[in-house]
Amino acid sequence: MTSSRRKSYGVKGAPYAFLLPATVLFALFFALPIGYAVYLSFRKVHVSGLGLGSGARKEVWAGLENYTDTLTDSELGHGALRVLGYGCIVVPVMLGLALLFALMLDSDKVRLAPFTRLAIFLPYAIPGVVAALLWGFLYLPDVSPFYYILEKLHMPQPNLLDGGPLYLAMSNIAVWGGTGFNMIVIYTSLQAIPAEVYEAAKLDGATPLQVALRIKIPMVAPSLVLTFFFSIIATLQVFNEPTTLKPLTNSLPLTWSPLMNVYQDAFRKGDIYQASSEAVIIALATLVLSFGFLRAANRRQKQEAAR
Amino acid sequence: MSSLAVQKAPSAAGTAGTAQGRPPLRRRIALVPTITLVLGAIYTLLPVAWVVIASTKSGRELFSTFTFLPGTGFADNIKELNSYRDGVYWKWMGNSALYAGLGALLSSCVSAFSGYALATYRFRGRETIFNILLAGVLMPPIILAIPQYLLLAKADLTDSYLSVLLPQILSPYGVYLARIYAAAAVPTDVVEAGRMDGASEWRIFTRVALPMMVPGLVTVFLFQFVAVWNNFLLPYIMLSDDEKFPITLGLYTLLEQGSNQPALYTLVITGAFLAVLPLIALFLVIQRFWSLDLLSGAVKS
Repeated sequence: MTSSRRKSYGVKGAPYAFLLPATVLFALFFALPIGYAVYLSFRKVHVSGLGLGSGARKEVWAGLENYTDTLTDSELGHGALRVLGYGCIVVPVMLGLALLFALMLDSDKVRLAPFTRLAIFLPYAIPGVVAALLWGFLYLPDVSPFYYILEKLHMPQPNLLDGGPLYLAMSNIAVWGGTGFNMIVIYTSLQAIPAEVYEAAKLDGATPLQVALRIKIPMVAPSLVLTFFFSIIATLQVFNEPTTLKPLTNSLPLTWSPLMNVYQDAFRKGDIYQASSEAVIIALATLVLSFGFLRAANRRQKQEAAR
Repeated sequence: MSSLAVQKAPSAAGTAGTAQGRPPLRRRIALVPTITLVLGAIYTLLPVAWVVIASTKSGRELFSTFTFLPGTGFADNIKELNSYRDGVYWKWMGNSALYAGLGALLSSCVSAFSGYALATYRFRGRETIFNILLAGVLMPPIILAIPQYLLLAKADLTDSYLSVLLPQILSPYGVYLARIYAAAAVPTDVVEAGRMDGASEWRIFTRVALPMMVPGLVTVFLFQFVAVWNNFLLPYIMLSDDEKFPITLGLYTLLEQGSNQPALYTLVITGAFLAVLPLIALFLVIQRFWSLDLLSGAVKS
């Protein structure tokens, strides 16, 4: 070991050299923009007189003004609630389906497994914008096969792009796009369970359902926790799908999700200061949520291990 | 955990591999799992099947005939798409290929350097650097994109190819995957042996470590390729000249115009169909190379 320490002393600079590109890119495209956003969030434009002529518009310190505005902004609050409601549909349904499909793929004597696995994973390769566009057309009464069938059956035809159904319509796009990836993650950890684990259960005559509930699900719990975590993060940051559906309906506000609200304030209203404070709040909320969640998950795991 | 992921990596996603080594109890098809999976596949393939059929319809047929009845306008739709604004559609496809291809290539290089350094060297600040890089995953894209736009505007770089390419080179997830793969695939003894022979650190990396890391880097490349190809927010914010749009943004602007002129809907649909094709093709090919086990192995540890 002493020899290796002596050796690595000679290559002291090498790891830093290898990390240089990543560090420079991180500084330029992550750290600097975040710092700049935080700086802007404490600034505002002061307009003197009629706001004409040069020097009439000046950037000044705003203190916490932008933040108090952000926290009392009802539109942002509504957006957060909308996304929360949307997340309460997307995350359980998507992960429930992903787990179900993974367990089915992992069961004995299942047919067509390679084909169905590929088909269910396929939406991962399709951009969110294109997915929203495809489903958007399927929600339009004029072109949708669902409405055609409902009409033939003389059933009521709900407007999928309005009110409550809009949440379902939007959630469906996310579930469609995300189930396959999560299924693969869960499926691969199911595959990693050693075969011996099942032997005892088989000798005891356990049914496949019992094996799934008592052995498989507890053993893949860590990947369930992580897929849950990443799904929540992705759900809170939803932007592409509602933005794409917007041209197809009038009942979708431009501030439907918090990120859309930030975009509107920054580029439509041109208030980058307000938008920055909103972005900082959203980032902080994400970080607090993430660390809180990871800590809780860790504590839980330690408790399980101690038992 | 990580070594497990790598051991499994060569089996990739292509092989069925279910229940290997577990002798069947009864000789019949498991009906419930098979039916569940087929229903799942029908659900995921439905919109794809719809767009394939809808792209064959002329504008009139789209709104008048039953959805899953093929139309007669496919050739006309393609012709119309080709001539739309002097073939700007194909420009978008080319741009997407450029952003995703070059971006993923550069991203894989950066991830390879970083992952190798983090996995094989012991140095001060290693875990701190790693954690800071990883924290980037948690950042909502918009908190980065707005100030990135403002800063690039100061450098007079917005509305350029670089403005979409540069911010996407560093992928925290790519660095993470590369580190895990390097830690499992590059033995420390081999690196030490190279040093004993007097090889430079750079030479050890390029000649010894890099070839061992290739399967992991292919995954990083493909992962980043899909991520860049599917990205919408960044080009949406950075670009205004539609000659530089990627396909996602191009289709979105077409759809937006289509809400005023439904005649454009057939173009949007045909465009969406053609845009999905290369990704599906890529997807079928990469199945064999893409070690998804690495993705989930990484998620596990």
